[in-house]
Amino acid sequence: MTCTEFLALLDDLIDDTVTTELRTEIEQHMHKCSHCEVVFNTTRKTIEIYRSNELYELPPDLRERLHTAIMARCKKGS
Amino acid sequence: MPTIQPIAGENELHPDVALVERVRAGDISAYDTLVRKYDRQVFRIAQHITQNREDAEDVMQDAFLKAYEKLDQFQGNSKFYTWLVRIAVNESLMRLRKRRTGKMVSIDEDVETEEGSVPRDLADWAPDPEQNYNQTELGEILRKTIQGLPHGFRVVFVLRDVEGLSTDETAEALGLSVPAVKSRLLRARLQLRERLSRYFHRKKGQAARKGDGVKK
Repeated sequence: MTCTEFLALLDDLIDDTVTTELRTEIEQHMHKCSHCEVVFNTTRKTIEIYRSNELYELPPDLRERLHTAIMARCKKGS
Repeated sequence: MPTIQPIAGENELHPDVALVERVRAGDISAYDTLVRKYDRQVFRIAQHITQNREDAEDVMQDAFLKAYEKLDQFQGNSKFYTWLVRIAVNESLMRLRKRRTGKMVSIDEDVETEEGSVPRDLADWAPDPEQNYNQTELGEILRKTIQGLPHGFRVVFVLRDVEGLSTDETAEALGLSVPAVKSRLLRARLQLRERLSRYFHRKKGQAARKGDGVKK
């Protein structure tokens, strides 16, 4: 497997949609190629960090205010 | 028999479909439940696209109102959430266009770039790189980094990786083909990785201090 082929499979590997055989091939490549191993680990970490850190929280008071406004507009329109 | 087709591959009706049915029958409290279920997600998506808090507040209101008004058009062959996200994305783009005084805004903007499609920074990260920053610093880094992505990559990453929509749902919500979503997702992930690398590199001596030996 080449690094270009590895890169084409990166998303499938991260999303766990590769077959067992392909996964073995990919893992063998990563074992030999530390660059691809770094790309895999850091890309997966990138996703994890974005998933676990809430960047735009909706504060409870704003949430309630918007909620009231939405329901009032819906009732008015219906 | 319900008049709405169940979601493909699922035997049971999604609970949202029952709520939609109740709203259609005139029970507005069921809509209240739907709003509370998805308001945080809609707000986040709107913030990611508009990058403006006030716009996101307006988008959230407009999207839920529009969804309510158009509820008769909801077919039930997609999830209610996917359908709602599509409305929220369109409302967000409209809001951006307004702010740019009529200039066309689309999710195809700037996607032709080749930047970041090949990894360049190949140095490893620290074991728990986010631990090197406090929560405020980390939030700023993550916001700044994702805001630097082209529009059409950012929205795909947000829907697929942050909000957890499937590839098919993301394609449906954005009106894109599945191959387009896949190609944008890979490039979004790689570009974010590349940009975060400058903050998260393993620092000299760090591994030894944390007792985590450098591999190889």
